[in-house]
Amino acid sequence: MDKAVITNKLTKKFGDFVATNEITFDVAQGEIFGFLGANGAGKTTAIRMLCGLLKPTSGDARIAGFDVYRQTEQIKQVIGYMSQKFSLYEDLTVRENIRFYGGIYGLNRADLKAKSDQIIEQLNLGSVADKLVASLPLGWKQRLAFSVALVHNPRIVFLDEPTGGVDPITRRQFWDMIYEAADRGTTIFVTTHYMDEAEYCNRVSIMVDGRIKALDTPSGLKRSFGTDSMDGVFQILARGTSTK
Amino acid sequence: MDAIVIDNVSKAYGSTKAVQTVSLSVKPGELFGLIGPDGAGKTTLFKILVTLLRPDEGRATVVGRDVVKDFRALRSLVGYMPGRFSLYPDLTVEENLSFFATVFGTSIQANYDLIREIYVQLEPFKDRRAGALSGGMKQKLALCCALIHKPEVLFLDEPTTGVDAVSRKEFWEMLQRLKERQLTMLVSTPYMDEANRCDRIALMQTGQILAIDTPSGVEHLFRKPLYAVKAAETFRLIQDLRKAPFTQTCYAFGEYLHLTTEEGTTPADIDRYLRERRHEHVTIKPIQAGIEDSFMALMQHG
Ligand SMILES: Nc1ncnc2c1ncn2[C@@H]1O[C@H](COP(=O)(O)OP(=O)(O)OP(=O)(O)O)[C@@H](O)[C@H]1O
Ligand SMILES: [Mg+2]
Repeated sequence: MDKAVITNKLTKKFGDFVATNEITFDVAQGEIFGFLGANGAGKTTAIRMLCGLLKPTSGDARIAGFDVYRQTEQIKQVIGYMSQKFSLYEDLTVRENIRFYGGIYGLNRADLKAKSDQIIEQLNLGSVADKLVASLPLGWKQRLAFSVALVHNPRIVFLDEPTGGVDPITRRQFWDMIYEAADRGTTIFVTTHYMDEAEYCNRVSIMVDGRIKALDTPSGLKRSFGTDSMDGVFQILARGTSTK
Repeated sequence: MDAIVIDNVSKAYGSTKAVQTVSLSVKPGELFGLIGPDGAGKTTLFKILVTLLRPDEGRATVVGRDVVKDFRALRSLVGYMPGRFSLYPDLTVEENLSFFATVFGTSIQANYDLIREIYVQLEPFKDRRAGALSGGMKQKLALCCALIHKPEVLFLDEPTTGVDAVSRKEFWEMLQRLKERQLTMLVSTPYMDEANRCDRIALMQTGQILAIDTPSGVEHLFRKPLYAVKAAETFRLIQDLRKAPFTQTCYAFGEYLHLTTEEGTTPADIDRYLRERRHEHVTIKPIQAGIEDSFMALMQHG
C-alpha cells in the first residue's frame, strides 16, 4: 500500500555544482532500503532533503505522504534521523539525551521515564546511564543514537552511515536492532560503506555522481552485473567515474 | 634498527587505563596494522608516538629518537593523520594543503609526486571549503596533508573510516606504493578486510594487545570448526540458529551466517534442525575462518 518515500527528479545544486541529480525512486513502508554510493555521490545531501532539512533546487519528494517543500514540520514528526557525524549531545548523560530528544517530540513525563528505562535496559547501559555520552565507546553511542532516533516511534528512520568505524561485534548488534525495528514495521533508510551490510537490505540503490545508477534487490544486482558479491557490483558501477 | 619501538608503554586518563604496558616494534619499511574497536587505545598510542602525549610509564622511539626527549626533532620526521578534526573547515582544499606544506618549510610542488594519485581526485574541488566536502573527500585531503612534507614514518589513525569501497581499495594500493619507497607505516582501521593488506597486525582491546602476527597467522588462531549457513529467510534463520541448542556463536557475514557449534555437532544435525523449522534453500558449508572471525573470537574470549 502506501509508500514511505516517493521522489521524482529530486535535485540539489550548490551554485553550479549538481550534488543530487534528478533522482527518482520510492521506498515501501517497512522496507530496509540501502542507499549506497561513492564518497561525494550525494547521499547525505539527498537524505537532508528527504528529512526536510535542506530545500531541494527542483523535483518533488513525499515522505509518508508529506511534501518536502511545504510540510517539513509534519515530516519531522514521522521520521527519525541519525546524522553522519554525531546525533547525540556529548556533554549530556545517556539518560539526559533520551529525555532531551523525547521532550522535543512531546513525550510526557511518564512516557519519558518509561522510554528511558526501556532503552537503557535493552542496550544494557545500566552501569553508564548517568555518564556523559562523550565517555562511551563509539559503538555504544551509535546504538544509543539509533534508539533515540526511534524514541517517538517514527514510521521511517534515516540512518546516515550509522556503523562507520564501529567494531565487528557491535556493528552486527546494530543490524540486529535494524532488523527488529523493521520487523515492527518501521521503514529503514540506511547508507553504508560496508558492502556486507548491503546484503542485509531488502533493496539497494547505488548512486554515482549525483545519479542513481542501479536499484534492485542485492541478488538482482549481483545477477545483472554478473558478480557474486555486492562489493563486485559496487566496484563495477563506481569504477571509471571520477571517484571523489 | 627498528623504525618504531614501543617498550612497556602505559597511559591512563584518571581511572581509565587507555594503554596498558604495550610493547611492539615495527621494522623499517613495514606496513603495520593496529586493529581494534573504538576505545581500544589506538589513538592514545598514536598520540604518544607523534609526541603529542607523554606516556605515564615505559618508553618509545621512532626512527631512533625518543618520543619524549627528542620530540622536536621527531615532529618533522613523522606524518600524522588523526582520526578526526585535522582540517581547517574554513580554508579551501588547496589552502589546507599549502598550509601543512608551509608549516614544514616545503611546498605542494616540491612533493606533489607523493600525493598525486589521491590529490587528482580532489583537484576539481580545490577551491571548495574543506567544511563542504563529503566525509570521504575530507579523509583524502587529510592524508595528502600528512604526506606533503615527505615524512619517514607515517601514522594513520583510521584513514579509511567513511571512505567508500572503491576508494578504500585505491587507498591501500597507494599505501603499498608508499611502502615501495621504504616508508614505514602504522595504520589503524576498523575494516577487517584491510588487515589482510598489512605485513603484520596487532589486535588491541581495552588498552591491551591480544595478539601480534601476520594476517594469516591471526586467521589460524581460530581453531574451532566454522560453518557458513544460508537460507531463504535470513532474519528468521538468525533467530532460529541463535536459539539452537548446539549454537555457540552466530553472526551475519554478508549473505551468509557464520556459525560455531558445540563439539560433536555435524552439518547433518544443523540441517535437520533447520528443516524442522521449515527453512528453505538451506546451504551449510564448512569454511576457513577469516580475520574478522578470528578477531571477534579474540574480542570475546581475550
Ligand atoms: N553546502 C555545500 N556547498 C557546496 N558543496 C556541497 C555542500 N554540501 C555538499 N556539497 C558537495 O556535494 C557533493 C555530495 O556531498 P554529500 O555529502 O551528499 O556526499 P555523500 O554521498 O554523502 O558522501 P560520503 O559517502 O563521503 O558521506 C560533494 O561533492 C560535496 O562536496
Ligand atoms: Mg555522506
